[in-house]
Amino acid sequence: MKRESEMSAENKSRRFAVLAERDINKETFVEPWPEAGLIVADSPYDPRPSLRIEAGRVVEMDGKARADFDSLDLFIADHALDLSVAAEAMATPSLQIAHMLTDINVPQTAVRRLACGCTPAKLVEIIRHMNVLEMMIGLAKMRVRRTPANQAHVTNWKEHPALLAADAAEAALRGFAEVETTVRVARNAPFNALAVLVGTQTGRGGVLTQCAVEESLGLRLAMKGLTTYAETLSVYGTERAFVDGDDTPWSKAFLAAAYASRGVKVRFTSGTGSEALMGHAERCSMLYLEARCLLVTKGAGSQGVQNGSISCIALPESLPGGVRAVLAENLLASMIGLECASGNDALASHSTMRKSAKLMLQFIPGTDFICSGYSAVPKRDNLFGGGNFDAEDFDDWNVLQRDMQVDGGVLPATEEAVLAVRERAARAIQAVYAGLGLPPITDAEVAAAITAHSSDDMPDRDAVADLAAADRFLASDAGMLTVAEALRRAGFVDIAANILEMGRQRVAGDYLQPAAIFTSPAGAEGSRPLRVLSAINDPNDYAGPGTGYRLEGTRWEALQAIRQAQSPRHFVAPHVGPSSPRLVELGLARPSTRAEIIVAVGPAFNTALTRTIAGLEHEAVLAAILSGVADEGLTARIVKVYRSSDLAAIGYAGAELSGSGIAIGLQSRGTAVIHKRGLARLNNLELFPQSPSLTLETYRAIGRNAARYAKGVPPAPVGVKIDNWARLRLIVKTALLHRRETDEIADKPPQELWFDWEPD
Amino acid sequence: MDDIYPLMEHAADTLCAASGRPAAAITLERLAAGELTDADLRIAADALRAQAAIALAAGYPQLAANLRRAAELTAVPNAELLRMYETLRPGRATHAEMLALAARLEETYGAIETGAFVREAAAVYLSRGLTAPTP
Repeated sequence: MKRESEMSAENKSRRFAVLAERDINKETFVEPWPEAGLIVADSPYDPRPSLRIEAGRVVEMDGKARADFDSLDLFIADHALDLSVAAEAMATPSLQIAHMLTDINVPQTAVRRLACGCTPAKLVEIIRHMNVLEMMIGLAKMRVRRTPANQAHVTNWKEHPALLAADAAEAALRGFAEVETTVRVARNAPFNALAVLVGTQTGRGGVLTQCAVEESLGLRLAMKGLTTYAETLSVYGTERAFVDGDDTPWSKAFLAAAYASRGVKVRFTSGTGSEALMGHAERCSMLYLEARCLLVTKGAGSQGVQNGSISCIALPESLPGGVRAVLAENLLASMIGLECASGNDALASHSTMRKSAKLMLQFIPGTDFICSGYSAVPKRDNLFGGGNFDAEDFDDWNVLQRDMQVDGGVLPATEEAVLAVRERAARAIQAVYAGLGLPPITDAEVAAAITAHSSDDMPDRDAVADLAAADRFLASDAGMLTVAEALRRAGFVDIAANILEMGRQRVAGDYLQPAAIFTSPAGAEGSRPLRVLSAINDPNDYAGPGTGYRLEGTRWEALQAIRQAQSPRHFVAPHVGPSSPRLVELGLARPSTRAEIIVAVGPAFNTALTRTIAGLEHEAVLAAILSGVADEGLTARIVKVYRSSDLAAIGYAGAELSGSGIAIGLQSRGTAVIHKRGLARLNNLELFPQSPSLTLETYRAIGRNAARYAKGVPPAPVGVKIDNWARLRLIVKTALLHRRETDEIADKPPQELWFDWEPD
Repeated sequence: MDDIYPLMEHAADTLCAASGRPAAAITLERLAAGELTDADLRIAADALRAQAAIALAAGYPQLAANLRRAAELTAVPNAELLRMYETLRPGRATHAEMLALAARLEETYGAIETGAFVREAAAVYLSRGLTAPTP
């Protein structure tokens, strides 16, 4: 085959030129290169699974002797593996464990027991046997929490506190169980965390919040009570990448314990591709290195992980099998009992088709958090580098949930409710700033935040003053209590109570258990008491059809009630007006031998319905057809067919009566056919199915053509505007108009109508 | 497990903050009266140990160990906790400094499990070249 560059210009395909412009072709696709770590799974350099235990200690793992272990190997061997089951797990064929993952008769706990004794290479070997469908079934079973949920990202380019609070409140109202923010300027961290705390607790009590910043700063924010969880404790699959990340498994584990000691939920972060991106993949596949990350995470005592490639997603997606590998890492996390916030966060593709298809791998089985950050703000305001799904996709997401009866964790919301909660949150953060003596938030800023879509809609603030105040706030003793008290004093008692409740929950530590979230009704009022859901009291018990989490009852009703859904009951009303008095039923229609055209109309014509789907009066349509017939020098008789509402049957009955043998069948919604006596019922001379596009001029042309058939003159083509979308837009109305026509069917022969009309 | 967890529900009578204040007494009224302090919103070592026991019984032994270390670390003041974490990051501390940290955890704060964990780290760091060069 010639290369494209060698082809002459005249050999260029127009089709390929169009394809080249498609969004999918903005992506980079590469062939695997294991030596550079550019391989998603099964690198020829990946070790084979092995494990030797002597005197209760691992002396060999995945082909490496203990003396050669790096720090990650040591940590995994000594902290992650369940040695009481390891020998059995390693001796069980990987194919058998893969079967157990998809077998509904094998409970989650039986698979997890073995998985916790598997080395990284063994875990990867199990996955090697599975396709994406099998992995999705496995994920539905192995997910830690029974109830799926979702997490939102709330940030904005201007780091405007009123906008952060308003967007956080909206995210809480929309049902996100966690909200993560971050910074553009690191010094803003305490204020961003503060705004998101106040905002979320306005929208719905119990939403967990975090601020992704450098580890030490993150811990300080948590100690002040400004955040309730931490997620960006990043781990890597090789020692050198780990150290470049400025941590070791022990320092990360210590940090996790430090967070927990302050009652803060912790989730680690890992994901395929990070090691290759950092130049330290050591020729291993992304999935093998991710398995190591997950075992480090497990060994460190983190209750969960954010994985699914995260910010590296475009790297595995550039390689064959990349999206499969990302699903595999989610499954591995769930298998070993880690809460999984399953990616779908960072911008992954230019192509909406590719993005949505990839999403389905987590969306359909359900994960603990479908997105480890659904961008609840516009792309440009997303300081995590632009979300894969963002505020502009809210309606699409809600429709996908409604389409598939799948709980993707996002509630539909009305404009009215969103505006109300945004106003309350913006006013609340204004009151907190005033109460704490921070640089004031003006009424104009509050007003802008209520209706804003993005930070473009917000006035600028004095960044220098804000940063100085943020430094003072961080250094001060002010924290969760100060904030709650400022809100209480300003009259925001319910929001103050919600924030205090988050503090009280911190004392219990129930949300430190695996996959914990709080559920509560929307709104600041009545959010308490919070109900914690975790692997302890809401363990996933999926065991095939009819088991596990089912989207049903009030939750299903809430998710299907998108604001665009309307009652179909009044769809027909615009098509029913007064009947034309110029059209009168005479009596039984008889066959004739005259050179005439029959116009056969449906049973609802000019009675139960009086306008076509295009809004044309029946009387006018009839006049147009008759004018067309007259243009050719013939006359027409009108009959009403009662025994059927089917267009072919109506046209056929007309043709039976027609002196010329030619009839025009016309349904009340406007669909028309030219029929001829002797043709099979479902055959015809011409069909005009696109009733929404038919105009009076078209009907006149149909009348002319019918007359030309009767005269034996060649017909002229009838110009009909082609609108491929009409069917999509109008299918419900079409069904209902047809139903109305069908309701009028009666057991009587065609009746002749007299039309009080003369050609011009 | 349903009769133990959540603690907020099942241990409502005995659950206390680090300050000793019962969780049931963390109310808006007490806040308004100026009675609440930061320690009233801090988790107590006992609550963390109770959560560790729940995690262990549910089959999450590593999480349980983490929560036990957390229980020990409740005794460490904020600023020192941040410094301890910093010490454990790669290349920050000499082997001797790491052993001193372990000793301080054990002796000053009675953090036996965390102390042992740091000793283990010290040995690994030494063998893998992750300690700071001795001055």
